[in-house]
Parts: sequence; structure tokens; C-alpha cells
Amino acid sequence: MVKTVMVPVAEVSTRNHPTDSWRIQKPTIQYDKCIRCMICWKYCPDNAIEIKTGDEKAPNERVAKMEFPAIDYKFCKGCGICANECPEKCIDMEFEVIQ
Amino acid sequence: MKSMQDYRTIMTGNDAVAYGAKLARVKLISAYPITPQTTIVEKLASMIANDELDAKYVKVESEHSALATVVSSELAGVRSYTATSSHGLLYMHEMLHWASGQRLPIVMSVVNRAIGPPWNIWADQSDTMNQKDTGWMQVYCESNQEALDTIIMGYKIAENKDVLLPLMSMEDAFILSHTSEPVTIRDQESVNEYLPDLDLPFKINEEHPMGYGSYDTPDGSFMELKKDMVDSMQKAKRIIEDETRKFNEMFGTEYGGLIEKYRMEDADYAIIATGTIASTARYVVDILRKKGEKVGLIRIRYFRPFPYEEILSSLKYVKAAGVIDRSVSFSSGGPTYVEIVQGLYGKLNVPLSSFIAGIGGRDVRIQDIENIYEMLKSGNSGTYWINVKEVR
Ligand code: SF4
Ligand code: SF4
Repeated sequence: MVKTVMVPVAEVSTRNHPTDSWRIQKPTIQYDKCIRCMICWKYCPDNAIEIKTGDEKAPNERVAKMEFPAIDYKFCKGCGICANECPEKCIDMEFEVIQ
Repeated sequence: MKSMQDYRTIMTGNDAVAYGAKLARVKLISAYPITPQTTIVEKLASMIANDELDAKYVKVESEHSALATVVSSELAGVRSYTATSSHGLLYMHEMLHWASGQRLPIVMSVVNRAIGPPWNIWADQSDTMNQKDTGWMQVYCESNQEALDTIIMGYKIAENKDVLLPLMSMEDAFILSHTSEPVTIRDQESVNEYLPDLDLPFKINEEHPMGYGSYDTPDGSFMELKKDMVDSMQKAKRIIEDETRKFNEMFGTEYGGLIEKYRMEDADYAIIATGTIASTARYVVDILRKKGEKVGLIRIRYFRPFPYEEILSSLKYVKAAGVIDRSVSFSSGGPTYVEIVQGLYGKLNVPLSSFIAGIGGRDVRIQDIENIYEMLKSGNSGTYWINVKEVR
């Protein structure tokens, strides 16, 4: 391949350029209030929310059996859309201390 | 069905452009209708519906999405096309930068139409002059035939590995877009020979995912990438000349490359214009020449890359030149005038005047261009509005 012009292409996948480097606010889900509606998952523009099964602290036993959303902080850019869309207002956005 | 070989017929500029896209074998078209562009994409939609064109047509909710779709498909290595006009083009502004910054050789037709308020759908080049700094090449067509041929030449130039920049091809609203003229639909096989399939050196590859235009820093290559676009724009000049010459040889046309000169050999005065105003000006040059006046015309085909050297050498021996713009740069005359002034500065001492004409589709008549010539000849220089009414 002869490159005669410069093209803004990274030879590696964006998997290796996670968008967490942009984040200044970090979302945290309060699982004891989360009803597992997955609206946050649906709206996240970065697909940074994964669907998981397991035993996150749930408001009741029935909900505990359901799949739950988990934020992948490697890709979450901190836009806060999930927090805004959550019907239970159980996602907190807080300024992150840069390590 | 009649053979398409050298098929000469009568058609509007918009239909001609649609045939240009068809002959260029575009594989994806995404568009949002806007007057006076609508009939281009309507024609293409009907070509696809009637199995005359093997392409995917993507309907979207806005021009921003139309160009975003074309950017994505082109990045996947698919020759893609869209068309727009006026406010639709302005709405694409962000995506124009994505197309050029990602070095995608997209060709897009723009039907030049005024920008409101107040709403106005007539010819006015302010829409594309507003986009001159987006990294797109710009061609201003003068006839329906040129509008068709420019789509084919446009892909060839844009896809050159030394260029890889998008190109917009312009038609003046209604004067070309909706007016019928004799047009030759090029023979498909000859077009295939002239324009090979798109071979993008960096297309999306599922096997090897990469990051496309994702992120860069002050210490990264951001600045170098922008400079490379400028360098490629400069390199494009030679490629435009070469490809236009090859097209002329193949199809028997006589297009100039970056500019076209008419009766400039011994001209004392030069009129400079783009698009359809140049047609009227050429006619006026003939009238004045019959009266013994030494006047010539320079038609600028390519506004980007801008033909500084060509204009400079054409103006070397003239006494004065007038630049007619169908657009205005608020507070500094017409955009073409401004470009030429900065190109001439320190190199040539020719009085140059700016004439703003035909804004919002107002007629640019023979008489108007004759007046412009009289003003040049009597030594006027400055910025003038042509054929404006007295406002109380
Ligand atoms: S903050 Fe934005 S990016 Fe992060 S999980 Fe929520 S919606 Fe997704
Ligand atoms: S939107 Fe809120 S309640 Fe719904 S799953 Fe996400 S965090 Fe839970």
C-alpha cells in the first residue's frame, strides 16, 4: 500500500483507544434503586454499558434475578446521558479525581 | 431501448447530473430533498426503482445525515454520492469537514441557491462560497453538459491517490438545474475505461479494525494532517489539468482545466466570472469585440484549488480587470475578487474591481455586463453592486 497522502487512521482498533480518557464525570449506578429497565443501556452513545447477570445488590428478590446494567469505565466518556434518562434517577454523576 | 452510446438528447441540468452519477457507477446515494436540487435525487431514485442503476438509496431525515451516510459508505470503500443546495449545504457544514479531514473522495452536486432570510430559492453562489474553507474542491459549471461531465471527471480527480479530497460540482439554480439543453449521455464503456472502480487505500476492514479520524493531540499529527490537505490541494492542480485533458481527448470536449480563457490573447480589459454569468459575459465579449473593443473573459472553473498562477499570467498585460461575483463576502466585496486580490498582491499592479451581481437570482443581463466593461474602461475601481434598485 503506497500512502501518498496523510490519512487520520489509527492502525489499531478504537478498542485500544478507550474513550474513558475524555471523561471528567463518572456515572455510578445505585443498584438498590435500579429497576433493570435498561433504558441507560439503550441510550448510552458509546455502548459503554454492558448487560450482566449475577448478584448485584437489588431492591428486591424478583429484581435480583434479572439482568443488570454495568458501566464499562474503559469506554464511558462521562456524558451523563444515562443519568439523565434513568427513570429512577439512580445514576449519580460525580467529578472524577484524575489519578 | 436505444443504445446509450453517444446518446444525445435534451435534458435539464439536474437530470444531466443524475446521469453523471449513474455513469460514474455510484453504489450508494443518500440524500434529502431540497429545492432546486430535488429532481437530481428523484431522478436517481427512479433509476434505481427501474433497475437502470445498481445502487443503494438511503433516505435520511436531514442533509447532515445524508452526508454522514455518504462519509460512512465511502469509508467502507463504496463510491458514494449526494446532492444538496443552499440551507441543506449549510446544514452539512460539520460533515463537510469530516469528509475532507478523513480524505474521502466523495463527489457531491450543489445547486447554487440563495441563503435566507428572507427565503429565496433562486441562483446565488453564497451557499458554496461559504464552504470554500472546508477542504473540498469546488467546480462551477456553465452548461448542463459540463454538469454531467464534471461528475465523472470529479470522481477521477478526487480519487487520485495524490489528492483524496472530496469535490463539489455546482450548477446555478434554475438557470441550469431546471432548464433543458442538448446533452450527450456518455457511452458507459468509455466512462468505465476513463474512470476505474474506487480503490481506497484505507477502507474499513472487519478483519483488522482500526480507528478512523478518532482523536489527536497538539503534539500528535493534527497540524501535519491539515498541512497535508493543503499540499494535496496544491497537487490537485496538475491532476485536474491532466484529467481534464484526458477527458477531452476521450470524449472530444474542450474543457479548460482550472480556468477557461476567451479572447484574452490581446485583451486590454478582462472580465472574470464563474458559472452561468460567464456564458452571458462571453456573449458580451463577442458583441464588444465586433465594436473593436479589446476585451476578454476568464472563466474560473475551479475555485478550489484556486488558480492563482493561471489568473496571474492571464492578467499580465491587461489595463484593468473586473471580477463578477454572484455572492458577497460581507464587508469585503465578492469572494472571487478577494481571492484574486490576495493572489495578485505584490506580484501585479493591475486595477481590479469587484462587481456584485445576480444575488438572490436577479437577472444578470447583457446590458449589465456592458456597463461593467464601460466602468472598467473609464478607470473606475472599487466595489460595485450591479443593477440594484434605489432603496428609500
Ligand atoms: S455517562 Fe455516557 S458514556 Fe458513560 S455510561 Fe452513561 S451514557 Fe454511557
Ligand atoms: S436506566 Fe436506571 S433504572 Fe433503568 S436499568 Fe439503567 S440504572 Fe437501572
